Amino acid sequence: MKRDIPVTFLFAIALAHAAGFATAATPIEVPNTMAERVKPCVVCHGLEEKTGRGNYYPRIAGKPEGYLFNQLRNFRDGRRYYRPMALLLENLTDQYLLEMAVYFSTLEQPYPPPERVALLPAKTKLAQKLVNEGDPARNIPACTECHGQELMGTAPFVPGLLGLPRVYMIAQFGAWKSGGLMRGQTEDCMSEIAKQLTAEETSAIAAWLASQPVPRNSGPAAGLSAGMAERCAGIVHGGARR
Amino acid sequence: MRRRSAAAAILCLAGFAWPGMSSALTGAAPLEEKARAGKAAPAEQRRIRGAYLARAANCMGCHTARAGRPYAGGRSLSTPFGTFITTNITPDMATGIGGWNEEDFWKAMHEGKSRDGRPLYPAFPYTEYTKITREDSDAIFAHLQSLSPVSQKNPSSRIDFPYDFEPLLILWRAVYFKPGVYQPDSLKSREWNRGAYLVQGLGHCSACHTERNPLAVVRGAYDEDSSGAQIMGSNWYAPSLTSSAEAGSAKWPMGEIIRLLTTGVSRLATTSGPMAEVVGQSLQHLTKEDARAMAVYLKSLPESNPRPKAGAPALTEEVQKLFRQGAGIYKRHCQDCHGDAGQGAPGIYPPLAGNRAVTMNPPVNVIRSVLNGGYPPVTAGNPRPYGMPPFAQTLNDGEVALVLSYIRNTWGNRASFVTRAQVDKSREGIH
Repeated sequence: MKRDIPVTFLFAIALAHAAGFATAATPIEVPNTMAERVKPCVVCHGLEEKTGRGNYYPRIAGKPEGYLFNQLRNFRDGRRYYRPMALLLENLTDQYLLEMAVYFSTLEQPYPPPERVALLPAKTKLAQKLVNEGDPARNIPACTECHGQELMGTAPFVPGLLGLPRVYMIAQFGAWKSGGLMRGQTEDCMSEIAKQLTAEETSAIAAWLASQPVPRNSGPAAGLSAGMAERCAGIVHGGARR
Repeated sequence: MRRRSAAAAILCLAGFAWPGMSSALTGAAPLEEKARAGKAAPAEQRRIRGAYLARAANCMGCHTARAGRPYAGGRSLSTPFGTFITTNITPDMATGIGGWNEEDFWKAMHEGKSRDGRPLYPAFPYTEYTKITREDSDAIFAHLQSLSPVSQKNPSSRIDFPYDFEPLLILWRAVYFKPGVYQPDSLKSREWNRGAYLVQGLGHCSACHTERNPLAVVRGAYDEDSSGAQIMGSNWYAPSLTSSAEAGSAKWPMGEIIRLLTTGVSRLATTSGPMAEVVGQSLQHLTKEDARAMAVYLKSLPESNPRPKAGAPALTEEVQKLFRQGAGIYKRHCQDCHGDAGQGAPGIYPPLAGNRAVTMNPPVNVIRSVLNGGYPPVTAGNPRPYGMPPFAQTLNDGEVALVLSYIRNTWGNRASFVTRAQVDKSREGIH
């Protein structure tokens, strides 16, 4: 019996040592929820004040599920290049990314107020024409044809265009044009459209979209027209060549 | 390290199985596969075994480009010696290894020589694969040959001067590379030997966990004791597996070692970066027996000489003031998950108090974690991991340095300051 005491004592020391830390404090309680699991995302894509960060990061809450899932996979697999996203997602499977996409697509969050942008009347007219009518002479469809009459996207693959920062949209136009946004997807509809647009046109569209209020109780439109679905087959089939 | 005798080498090269060895090293295949294999023809059994061994050796990890076709190569590995582009090892005749036979494959694995006899660069870890038995090499080859051929021509590696000078490679090999199949230690258990075989051979752990200076002969000997090293061409440090201040597991309970290796998380540590990839692609697929054998071996490794530590700062009034600033940043950005006493939520959010990854030198991994965040790998044992947010967009270099210096010197932690320059260097580190 006497011999047991030091042995037990040593065992306790060994355990404490193995644990490597003195756990006087109670472990943090972690909710078993998706909201907790996507905390790394909301540092940039959440609601908190983003002043000083260029107000660049796009809102993802309420965007169509298929769109979000495609983008998550594109970032992870290097088809859409943005290093912070690639590093964040590198160890995650399709199944888990889909779960994240579903979470954000159904997340309801208030939209930010429209950006205050001083736009000359001529620029406003230019933007409105391209957004609502496109330019058939250059085979440029209206934005509304794919992104919905309310510009809130089309389920399940096309993102909404309202409530996004102007600088984010300008950056995406630039990336579509240079081929940096979707590497290896030259057949993709949006890069062909962006390449047709002038810098003046893209900056007018981005400024105009960012200054529009988001309609109440709106969401993605139901589906693409047969013509656009064919033209943009690349995204309809998952955005990924597999 | 013991070297095997020349006689055994000749036997192996001639393709004879060495009886004692194969029984000691044969790992159990997963049960369902075993059942299938039991009924299958010997060739099919060998292929199934080969698929398992290829997982354990994580061939796919390097021989697959990001989102590319498995085993078709094309992944680029940046090293200080140049950029290596991995090869296509599917059985395509023109662009893969469709024209190879078992002997060619063995020559690459065991001797580090390509089919035409030219020496290979040790970016391909033949320095470890040489320990693999002929039987296992043949099984892996059978698996690779059973894959669908993928026609994919990859660009050539771009090796920098002077490393592209072949006589240098030949000299390096003469000094540092000793071919030889793993020799079981008869004084140790069968389980320990299996673990050693997995760690030293198939798992090629020392490819990262040991300083590796191919060709840079003057910079120090190739050290076989897994002593920790900055991973070639990246801003990750692969901690020593033999130091209790780094990733040595001598004092860990067996269960936690196994958990970390197979699920990517444990109560005492969380995998990230290249190790997360290894767990996700390879180690989580190990049989229970093999994972345990690996843990038995790792736990048995004797303590090595610790690396010289950069000293912790003296707690002057000025230093305390900096720590108070760091504490403020911690409270705002870190405390929610890691707790007011650095206690975390073991297995979910790693405790920072007493966490070796926090106090390790060099501090590159902990800097990377703060800048880039990340998730541990999705595994069967941890299918929906919790993650760490990236702070590169939120905190500037000075703030990262302050908060890390504080975390490294509170709740019983003691380690050197993290400098602004160190953080800056990590920002643009190669992936």
